[in-house]
Amino acid sequence: MTTQKHILPFALLTRIWLVLMVLTGVTVGVASFDFGYLNVLVAMTVASTKALLVIFFFMHLKYENRTLGAFVLLVFVILAIFIGFTFFDVAMRPEAGS
Amino acid sequence: MHSPGETVPFLDPYPGRSGILSWIFSTDHKRIGMLYLWCILTMFAVGVVLGVLMRLELIAPGRDIMDAQTYNAMFTLHGVVMIFLFVIPGIPAAFGNILLPLQIGAEDVSFPRLNIFSWWLYLTGACLAVTSLFTGGGPPDTGWTFYVPFSERTTTNVSLAVVAVFILGFSSILTGLNFITTIHRLRAPQMSWGKLPLFTWSLYATAWIQLLATPVLGITVALVFIERWLGIGLFDPSKGGDPLLYQHLFWIYSHPAVYIMIVPAMGVVSEIIPAFARKSIFGYKAIAISSLAIAFAGSLVWAHHMFTSGMSDTAVMVFSFLTFVVAIPSAIKVFNWVATLYKGSIYLEPPLMFALGFIFLFSAGGLTGLVLGSAGTDIHVHDTYFVVAHFHYVIFGGTGFGLFAAMLFWFPKFFGRMYDRRMANVSWYLLIGGFNMLYFPMFVIGLQGMPRRYYDYLPMYQTGQMVSTIGSWVLVAGLIVLFYSLSKCFYGPRTVGNNPWGAATLEWTLPSPPPHLTFLDPPDVPRGPYSYEGVTRDE
Amino acid sequence: MSEAHKDYAGDKFGMWLFLFTEILLFGGFFLLYSVYLHRYPVEFHEGGLQLSRVFGTFNTVVLITSSLTVALAISALQQGKKALCLWLLSATIALAGVFMVNKFFEWSAKIGHGIYPGSPEMAAGSGGANIFFGLYYLMTGAHGLHVVIGAAILGFCMLRIWQGRVTADNFGLLENGGLYWHLVDLVWIFLFPLFYLIS
Repeated sequence: MTTQKHILPFALLTRIWLVLMVLTGVTVGVASFDFGYLNVLVAMTVASTKALLVIFFFMHLKYENRTLGAFVLLVFVILAIFIGFTFFDVAMRPEAGS
Repeated sequence: MHSPGETVPFLDPYPGRSGILSWIFSTDHKRIGMLYLWCILTMFAVGVVLGVLMRLELIAPGRDIMDAQTYNAMFTLHGVVMIFLFVIPGIPAAFGNILLPLQIGAEDVSFPRLNIFSWWLYLTGACLAVTSLFTGGGPPDTGWTFYVPFSERTTTNVSLAVVAVFILGFSSILTGLNFITTIHRLRAPQMSWGKLPLFTWSLYATAWIQLLATPVLGITVALVFIERWLGIGLFDPSKGGDPLLYQHLFWIYSHPAVYIMIVPAMGVVSEIIPAFARKSIFGYKAIAISSLAIAFAGSLVWAHHMFTSGMSDTAVMVFSFLTFVVAIPSAIKVFNWVATLYKGSIYLEPPLMFALGFIFLFSAGGLTGLVLGSAGTDIHVHDTYFVVAHFHYVIFGGTGFGLFAAMLFWFPKFFGRMYDRRMANVSWYLLIGGFNMLYFPMFVIGLQGMPRRYYDYLPMYQTGQMVSTIGSWVLVAGLIVLFYSLSKCFYGPRTVGNNPWGAATLEWTLPSPPPHLTFLDPPDVPRGPYSYEGVTRDE
Repeated sequence: MSEAHKDYAGDKFGMWLFLFTEILLFGGFFLLYSVYLHRYPVEFHEGGLQLSRVFGTFNTVVLITSSLTVALAISALQQGKKALCLWLLSATIALAGVFMVNKFFEWSAKIGHGIYPGSPEMAAGSGGANIFFGLYYLMTGAHGLHVVIGAAILGFCMLRIWQGRVTADNFGLLENGGLYWHLVDLVWIFLFPLFYLIS
């Protein structure tokens, strides 16, 4: 047990937090621009960047074994498939806006 | 110095471990599996009785023994009991719990307390489901699929039933979580992934589906409850909602769920065939990988349940195409089982009889799945008896027979006693005969247009319906003979040795029944799971 | 299983597996949101304008900071700084409380304006607005429930640390409690732009 202790330094954690604060500012900032249909994509990209920082550093995934990382990726892929394949239906219905 | 736990069979008490509390709060995976086994077989009996009653009503047109509302409640309950309380937990919870740690040489699962908690969740869900029959507005009448809008509006006790399903879902999720962790972390040092028994591989693939798909069921039934309570309108077009989204969410779980049902049964067959052909399994890697492939591919095809629902043509085509893909890994397994039998030294004992029954019935059902998966033909047979026949062939003929085979293979190990093998073989004939008599006519009348979940029907379907009902009686006779023959396992002297079948996986190195404490020290794994050189039967 | 059989890596792996189920659980909600956003882009935008960006941003800062404090708490414990760890965990729980208080104010304001499931306003308004606010309450409500559960878990960790049963050499429980807390933060990181900033 004691052999596996990998301690994240306070300084590193605080720096990650600062980046997250900046990205939160960016999140709010980009919301006042209109990128048309890219709006959701931009917002989700920023959110995903923040999420990756939380996952890799706060949740320690960067320092865990690769199998676990692969499983985390798998879960998000599965979720993307569930949502994405639903759009084969929802986005291709004959009448507009129904 | 050996403690009593290392010698006393796990079924038996010893000082400090006796009484009912030592069972219902046990953290021993073997006892927990046994608890599940009894509950599951009880639920199966309940489901069978419901089915027999339904068939009695359908023996002739018009009202025979119940009214239409009661009939709707019957098929709903039959589905809920059979699917959520029997087939889905079935093989993993009962046989998986007992055998998984043994097959990998582990002392227990990774989270033993979570394991007994899962059983309590199962029991709670079962009790709540039964309670919904007698409370609120009476037993649900929506079908086990709880489709909106009817499930939102019916005055029957859908709310309690979906709470039960939610809780049962968590039982399944936590079992899956436990099994995945156990297989990753607790294999004996010499038990590499490439030496895992195929039953373990099947439990592994199944556990991932349990873990990832069941939460979607959870949210779906929670939304039914919320809509009944708050009436937000997420699935109500008059309030901006889309009822098809309910179906998407429901089938995103419920299609992978059928793979939770079948993959462990396939794992059982993969254990039995080589043992009774005295020959290593053909294509071990292909079968192991196909379990994972079925789990993944099966998560891509859910909307083939929705071809006639009004979803887009694009979706119809995409999901139809993908459905053909998922048939491939299943077919690979069937080819490999047959190839294993080829030039094998066949011992036609009851486990093999039922494993062969599985292959025949599951393949028949699977082929009819192609008719359903092909969108054009599906339009003709959707919601007819063709579908009912299809899923009974694959689930009952598949998982059901797989469960029977598992009992016939492993009961001597669990109980230390051999059953009446001749009687078991007799039951096989009754079961196969009764099964086909019950379900084959349904393909015919389904093609002729007989709708499912209908209380009454036109005279043109009468002959088929009557043959089917008579078939149900033959089937029940077969079940009675089967369970009577198995009952020999529950009493009398324990004369079965470690390895009555001469199989090569680790559970057969232990006494029958195994003691409370098993593999306190990890065992050596000198051979692969299907290499029989030097492995002898002891009768 | 006895003490000797404790499996630190297995416990952590099991916790990650549980987080996967939470991701899929919320995933069902995100599926509904995505579909309805696609269907009602205008109403979702207008609905978002009615939510307070100030409250939402502030809550985001609160939650991300609480992730920091719990991560610091784990590092502190691993370095043997028990008192600091307990202070940091208290701060985390306090921040959770701030979040929930904010949520209470936000919800009260909306309910006061007649925006709640089944209200006459919702019935009279557009389907898209009804769906937007229905999902708003359900998703932030489910999230809030997980905030409360997470805070309770961290409270339990504090008890175990104070009792000396979770220590610098035996910190798995706190790490896993922290993982759960970070998930709660992750869900909010996505909820925030989707409801408050959608444009």
